[in-house]
Amino acid sequence: MPRSENTKSRRTALGAGCAIALTGVCAALTPGAVQAQEKKFLIGIVELQLANPFFGRLEKSAVDTARKHGLDVMTAEASTAGDSATQIAAIENMINRGVKGITLDPANSTALVPIVKKARDAGIVVVTTNTSLAPMTAADATYETDNLQAGVLIGEWAKAAMGSKPAHIAMLDYDLSNKTARARHDGFLKGFGVAEGDPQISGTALTLGNVETGQTAMENLLSAHADINVIYTINEPAAQGAFFAIKKARRDVLVTSIDGSCSGVRSIADGTIGATVMQFPIRMGEMAVDAVIKAVGDDVKPSGFHNTGTVLIADHPVAGAESKDSRWGLENCWGE
Amino acid sequence: MGTGELLGGVRMRAPEPAAATGPRPDPNDAAAAAAAVTLASPRRQALSLLAYPITGPLFALICIFVVFSLTTSTFMNAGNVSLIAQQSVVIGTLALGQTLIILVSGIDLADGAIMVLGTVVAGSIASHGDAALAMVLGFAACVVVSSINGLVIARFRLPPFIATLGMFTIIAAAARLYSRSQSFPIASDLLSVLGSGPEFGTVTVTYGTTAWAALTLVLGYALNETGWGVHVYAIGNSPIAARLNGVNVTRVVFSVYALAGVFYAFAAWQALGRTPIADPSGYQIANLDSITAVVIGGTSLFGGRGGVAGTFIGTLIVVALKNGLTQAGIDSLYQQIATGVLVMLAVGADQYLGRGHRLGQGHQA
Amino acid sequence: MTQVFAVDPSRQMPGLAMQAIGLTKHYGHVVAMEGADFDLARGEILAVVGDNGAGKSTLIKALAGALTPDSGQVWLDGEPVRFASPLDARLAGIETVYQELAVAAQLDITQNMFLGRELRKPGVLGSVLRQLDKKRMRKQAAEQMHNLGIRVQSIRQAIETLSGGQRQAVAVARAAAWGRKVVILDEPTASLGVRETHQVLDLIHRVREHGISVVLISHSMPEVFAIADRIHIHRLGRRAAVVSPKTTVMSDVVAVMTGALPPQAVVSAALAPAGAPDL
Repeated sequence: MPRSENTKSRRTALGAGCAIALTGVCAALTPGAVQAQEKKFLIGIVELQLANPFFGRLEKSAVDTARKHGLDVMTAEASTAGDSATQIAAIENMINRGVKGITLDPANSTALVPIVKKARDAGIVVVTTNTSLAPMTAADATYETDNLQAGVLIGEWAKAAMGSKPAHIAMLDYDLSNKTARARHDGFLKGFGVAEGDPQISGTALTLGNVETGQTAMENLLSAHADINVIYTINEPAAQGAFFAIKKARRDVLVTSIDGSCSGVRSIADGTIGATVMQFPIRMGEMAVDAVIKAVGDDVKPSGFHNTGTVLIADHPVAGAESKDSRWGLENCWGE
Repeated sequence: MGTGELLGGVRMRAPEPAAATGPRPDPNDAAAAAAAVTLASPRRQALSLLAYPITGPLFALICIFVVFSLTTSTFMNAGNVSLIAQQSVVIGTLALGQTLIILVSGIDLADGAIMVLGTVVAGSIASHGDAALAMVLGFAACVVVSSINGLVIARFRLPPFIATLGMFTIIAAAARLYSRSQSFPIASDLLSVLGSGPEFGTVTVTYGTTAWAALTLVLGYALNETGWGVHVYAIGNSPIAARLNGVNVTRVVFSVYALAGVFYAFAAWQALGRTPIADPSGYQIANLDSITAVVIGGTSLFGGRGGVAGTFIGTLIVVALKNGLTQAGIDSLYQQIATGVLVMLAVGADQYLGRGHRLGQGHQA
Repeated sequence: MTQVFAVDPSRQMPGLAMQAIGLTKHYGHVVAMEGADFDLARGEILAVVGDNGAGKSTLIKALAGALTPDSGQVWLDGEPVRFASPLDARLAGIETVYQELAVAAQLDITQNMFLGRELRKPGVLGSVLRQLDKKRMRKQAAEQMHNLGIRVQSIRQAIETLSGGQRQAVAVARAAAWGRKVVILDEPTASLGVRETHQVLDLIHRVREHGISVVLISHSMPEVFAIADRIHIHRLGRRAAVVSPKTTVMSDVVAVMTGALPPQAVVSAALAPAGAPDL
């Protein structure tokens, strides 16, 4: 064998030996290093539509909480509604990267189930925020607003506020195949005490949950049913849009909504919206991440449904429905 | 160069007898008549006359009005018709710019996002500053972005679909970043003026509807009565033919996108008039709505055929459908199906009528 | 090695509509044109023939301004000219009818006739509002079609409703309308049937009768012999010979084209004094 090749093969063997030794030393040291501090691990936070201030706030709260505890954070976002594929791919990456826990706001409650199972099988704690999987037990626990209850609260308030006046209801919904939208819609009807198809419901329309589609939907409904006097809206932007239509038509209509954003609470204060129900995305993010930390650190697995809170905000309270006023609302609202 | 330079065209008259080198043919000569080239078949001529692009959409609009007025008592009243007009102004103005672009065989997926950027720029500046300045900057934002599209497409030859798709993604995100996802209520009368107007009972003729009609007429004039308009249609027909005849294709296509930006700016103004809030998450599918309005209105996606009259009607069709179906209590999803069917009919009709054009033109090298 | 053909000014002949001496064009190592000569008498129909790859289109492009030759000189009506673009040639009075016709199918006859050269209304309407004078354009278009004996149902017809022969006729009419001096036709009857070919050839006669000189590129020998006053045979990037159909038979022309017959074997109908004999 020529002399140069001999030298080369020796050098290679030496290099490999060093690498192996080094790895062994590191491996021996690592568990010790972790135990020395609060358990530092990688957490995955999977969210939706961060351009929407609600989700933005939720994610920020989760990330802040995680960082406060010194965790490494990996985030992912599905930017369009229903985009489960992006979330699935993100979770696969997170499993490969060795996350110990994941908080997930599922884009689709059924599509995400298999990948969550895979993660849990790999020993990762998975909790859902804002929306649960179907079935709910597919995740370790869920931290969300009870949207049905939220709808019930404004439904009850509206019924009481109407008093003995005959009600002509309009429903400004979002795509009803969306769990949240469906729950709020059903909750309002339940709270108000009418069934689907009741003649007191003058009309329904779909919006995209923003101002201009809320306005167009309300305009069209008002044009067809001039007697509408109470409305349910999927969220505050839709309610604000509806209000423009109501103002232009010079009608007197009771407006209810859900969300509790600061701009929504301001609408309560100036009378645009009659009542709204506040959600607590900040609390949601905190609770979810805390649960993961406890699970990984103290091995206390979270479970079940955790209602992060629904509070009725109205400046004209009614008997039988507990509510807070807009001043309280402005101190506790999210967004701007 | 181009328009008017060879004014009169030196040879566009009967030649001087001295120049003739042989016997001048007498046009009344029977032999000359026999030598005259044959005419196209009658069927072809009939089809070409039927191809007035506006007939189909106008018919569809009338049908929609008739059907809804029969099924819903509140559809055909003056207040609702006025409402439909008001609901049309934003997409209608946006679609004017889109029409121009589609006429030169382009497409603009970014028009709605550009408009939203305009509203957000104007709204945020007006919230702590001068409303007039806000308007100027909002306008400028729309024109500049659309001109960038024009530069990339006309000069650097990027396919319009791809260029505007990229711009759509960029601008939608930019608007959100710029506004930090918040919306800006509009307090300024100047910015929201297009939403107000004289009222006659239940009918409100907003300045916005008047503006939409006026803009349509102005653009129609430009397309039908000026040399620039002829060049736009020529480029849509055959960019090669246009170029070989001295039309500066690059310059005209760029001007189309820049001018479309002006219409998007007007659309932004319309949006603020209709809803006095600058909302970065509004009008997310306005690009598809504007394309739908243009296509249903009879303008060919292949370019070179159609016009703003069709777009005007197409917009009304889209809006009236939504209005009527909501009033009739029919699920919003059926409105989407109905619109989709209309789009396919419109494109199908364009294919059928346009077949003759592509067959007869020979290869385009 | 590039041979530069010195342009001998004594070879330039006055009274010709167009003349070119020593045109050369190289693309890298490829010789597209080498010392090509060309002459065109006033009011004549000159056919340019040559096999594929002979360099006809390069010659025509040089004359029409679509390319600039590396060396050589072109004269138009006795004046030396240099075209940097097809627009220059157009402005000088040379119009070209391309093989693909360059018509916009859905525009009408008038719009195509005036494409790129539209007339505007006089006064404020034209200058400020830039309004087109459609009536005037239609009238002139109709007159032009009438003068050339082209019959169509309406001057407002869209081009796509016309038959192939009619479209060709409109393209030729357009070139004849704007071309003050020379009209170049590139394979005008290539995709036409027998009857329509005949009609277009008649049209070309009439164009010539209006005093315009015509250069006709064609692959069809019968057509060339039917209409041309002289035939320019192009081969290997230069003019092999130029003959008159009256003194040369079709088979000889084809033979010179393919190289079977040397150029000296045919009677030259060149108008300008010959240069140095070819090597």
